[in-house]
Amino acid sequence: MLIKDGKRVDGRKPDELRPIKIEAGVLYRADGSCYLEWGGNKVLAAVYGPREALPRHIQDPTKALVNARYNMASFSVEERKRPGPDRRSIEISKVTSEALESVIFTELFPRTVIDISIEVLDAEAGTRCAGITAAGVALADAGIPMRDIPVACAAGKVDGTIVLDLTSEEDQEGDADLPVAIAPRTEEILLLQMDGHMTYKEFEEALELAIKGCKEIAKLQRKALLNKYKAFEVG
Amino acid sequence: MMRRIVLPGSVVGNAKSKLPGKGVFKEGDKLYASRLGILEDKGKYVNVIPLAGVYDPNVGDTVIGVIQEVFKNAWIVDINAPYPAILNMEDAPWKMEYGETAKYLKVGDVIVALIKLVDEARNVEVSMKGKPCRKIEDGIIIEVQPSKIPRIIGKNASMLNILKKYTQCWIFVGQNGRIWIKGEDDKVDLLIKAIRKIEKEAHTFGLTERIIKMLGG
Amino acid sequence: MEIPEVKRVSAIKRDHLARLAKERKRPDGRKPDEYRPIKIERNIIKKAEGSARVRIGNTMVLAGIKLEVGEPYPDSPEEGVMTTSVELPPLASPEFEPGPPTPDAIELARVVDRGIRESEFIKLEKLCIEPGEKVWIVFIDLHVLDYDGNLFDACSLAASAALQKTIIPNERYEMGENEKLPVGSPPVSCTFVKYEDFVVIDPCLEEEEIAQARFTVALDKNGDIRAMQKGLKGSFTIDEIKNNIKRAQIQAKKIRRLLEG
Repeated sequence: MLIKDGKRVDGRKPDELRPIKIEAGVLYRADGSCYLEWGGNKVLAAVYGPREALPRHIQDPTKALVNARYNMASFSVEERKRPGPDRRSIEISKVTSEALESVIFTELFPRTVIDISIEVLDAEAGTRCAGITAAGVALADAGIPMRDIPVACAAGKVDGTIVLDLTSEEDQEGDADLPVAIAPRTEEILLLQMDGHMTYKEFEEALELAIKGCKEIAKLQRKALLNKYKAFEVG
Repeated sequence: MMRRIVLPGSVVGNAKSKLPGKGVFKEGDKLYASRLGILEDKGKYVNVIPLAGVYDPNVGDTVIGVIQEVFKNAWIVDINAPYPAILNMEDAPWKMEYGETAKYLKVGDVIVALIKLVDEARNVEVSMKGKPCRKIEDGIIIEVQPSKIPRIIGKNASMLNILKKYTQCWIFVGQNGRIWIKGEDDKVDLLIKAIRKIEKEAHTFGLTERIIKMLGG
Repeated sequence: MEIPEVKRVSAIKRDHLARLAKERKRPDGRKPDEYRPIKIERNIIKKAEGSARVRIGNTMVLAGIKLEVGEPYPDSPEEGVMTTSVELPPLASPEFEPGPPTPDAIELARVVDRGIRESEFIKLEKLCIEPGEKVWIVFIDLHVLDYDGNLFDACSLAASAALQKTIIPNERYEMGENEKLPVGSPPVSCTFVKYEDFVVIDPCLEEEEIAQARFTVALDKNGDIRAMQKGLKGSFTIDEIKNNIKRAQIQAKKIRRLLEG
C-alpha cells in the first residue's frame, strides 16, 4: 500500500513536491554552476563554455555543440557503484544534452562546445530531473544565451493514483514513471520518457501534473539566480 | 540598492514599440531576455547588459593576448575567447622575413592587439598595427569576467580614472577580460582587491563611492 | 564560476611569480608555511556510510565511504580490505576530461591510500566477519569538485574526516546493529611545491602551474613519517626534503586539531 488515506509513504499529498533547495554559482573554476537538493537527491552541475570544440573535425561551423554528461558518484547509491559511465548514464547524458540544446541559442557560437557536467552526489529517485533542473541554472549562471531556463520534474502512477515527484519506493514499486522537461514559459516539451503502464487518460493527467510541478520549480530556479545577485527581477 | 536583473525568458518589452537589441530576442509580439543581465531600456532598442559569459570578439576591440603557437609567417594568439586568433606577420609592428617570427614573439609572450577581422564562422584575426599595440614586457596581467569590463572602465572612464588616481598604478584594460597593471607591490595588491570588488558588485548602485572609500579617498 | 583558462602560463605570469619568489612572497600574500583557510564538514551524503566535504581555499573535495561484505586477500584472511580511488570529474576544472582515471588521479589515490594504510588508521583487523571467507571492504572514493591547487592534502583530509565518522552497515546485511567503524589516529598529509628555489606549503593553482617539483609527507600523531611522495620532473636537495618534513611536523599539528575538533 503506497497510498493510504490520500497520503503517500513520506506523508505527501499526491500533488506535492519533495523539499527543494537551489544555489547558483557555487564553484570557483566553472563558468556557471548550481548545487541542488531535491528530497534526498544532491546534485552538482557545472558549465564550461562556450569554448573551442576540439578536435577540430567535430566542430559544427554553424553552431555550438551541447555536451551534457550525467554521472553518479560511487557513494551516491546504497550499493556502491563502480566509477565510470554505465549504459544508463550514457542514455541520460544523451537525452539531457538534447533537452538542453533545444533552448540554447547555439547559432551564436559556431565551432564551439558547451560542456555541462552533472554529478549526482546523493541519489533518491528523480536524479535525471534534478540534473536537468540544476543544469538549467548553471547555464544561466554561465551567461549562456537561452530562450528560457529548462526545468524537469517527474510524475507517475502509484496504486492507481497519479502522483507528482516519485520517491525511490514509488519508482520501484509503482505502476508508471514519467520524467518530463519543459521550457516553462511556453510549456514546450524538451524531454519526455516513460516506463510502466498508463491509459491515455492517465497519461494526460500525469503530464499535466508534471508540467505543474515543473513550473513551481522554475520559480525556485529563478529565485536562486536572483539570490546570487540579491536583486529583483524585471518581467 | 540593486539594479534590475533579468533572466533568460524574462519579458523585457513589447515588440510593437521596441526593437530587440543585445541579449534580447523577439517571440510573437513580446521581447524577451536571452541572458542573465541588467535591463537597459533606452530609445528604440531594449538591451540586456550581460552579467556573465565569455568574451565574444568584435572588430575594433583592444585585447590582451598570449602567444600559443608560432608559425613561420604567423602566430596563434589566445585572446580569452572560445576562438583562437591569428596574427599574421604582415600585421606585426616589426618588419621581418618569412621564418623570422620566433625572433619577435615566442610562446608565452603577452601582447596588446586589436581585433582586425571576425568572419561568419568566427575565424578571428588580430593586428598589432595601431597605437595601443605592443609587446608587454613587465607588470602583471589579471583576468576578470569579460562582462564586468564595462563597469571597471565606467561611464567616460570614470571608474578607471578613480582606480588610477588612488593607486597611482598604470592600468590598461583589454576588452577580453584581461587587465595589465604596473605599480608598487602594495598599491597593486590594493588595486586588485578593488577590481575584484567591482567584479562582484558590478550590478549595484553606489559602487563608485564604496570603491573610493576602499582606496582611501 | 571564474575566469577562463590561460592555456599556457604567460611569460609575464612566470616572471611575476619568479620575482615574488626571490623576495619569498607568494602570489596570494601567504607565508611559505601558511595554509589557505580549511573547512571540514562531515556526514554530507546520506547514502554513504561516511562522508566529508573539505575546502582548502577554493579547492573542494568530497569523500564518500562505502562498505561492502567481500572476500579477504589470501595473505591476510582475517583482515578487512581498504581501497582508495579518486575521480577528477569535468566539473572541477576546465582541464579535466571524462574518461578512465588518468595517471594523475591514480597517483593521487595511491598516495592518499598509503598515508591511511601505513598509519593503520582503519583497524582492518577488527573488520573480519568470517576468517578466510567474509570481511568488510572499505571503499574510499574521493570526488574532486573544485580544483584550485593541492589535491593531495584536500583528498587526504577529506578521507580522514569521513572515516572518523563512518558506520559499519550491519543492518543492511542483517548482521545486527550498525556500529562505528573502528579507527585509530588519522594521518595528516602536507604537500609542498618548489619553484625558483622557493619551497612553499599548500600550493594554490598558480603555484602548481609553474611548480618544478612536489613533495607530500603523511605524518602520524607523534610526528613520525608514514608515507612520502616526491612528484614532478624537477628535483629537491637533501636539505630541502629534510626541511620539508620538519616544517610539515609543525603544520600537521594544526591540521590535526581541526580533525579532532
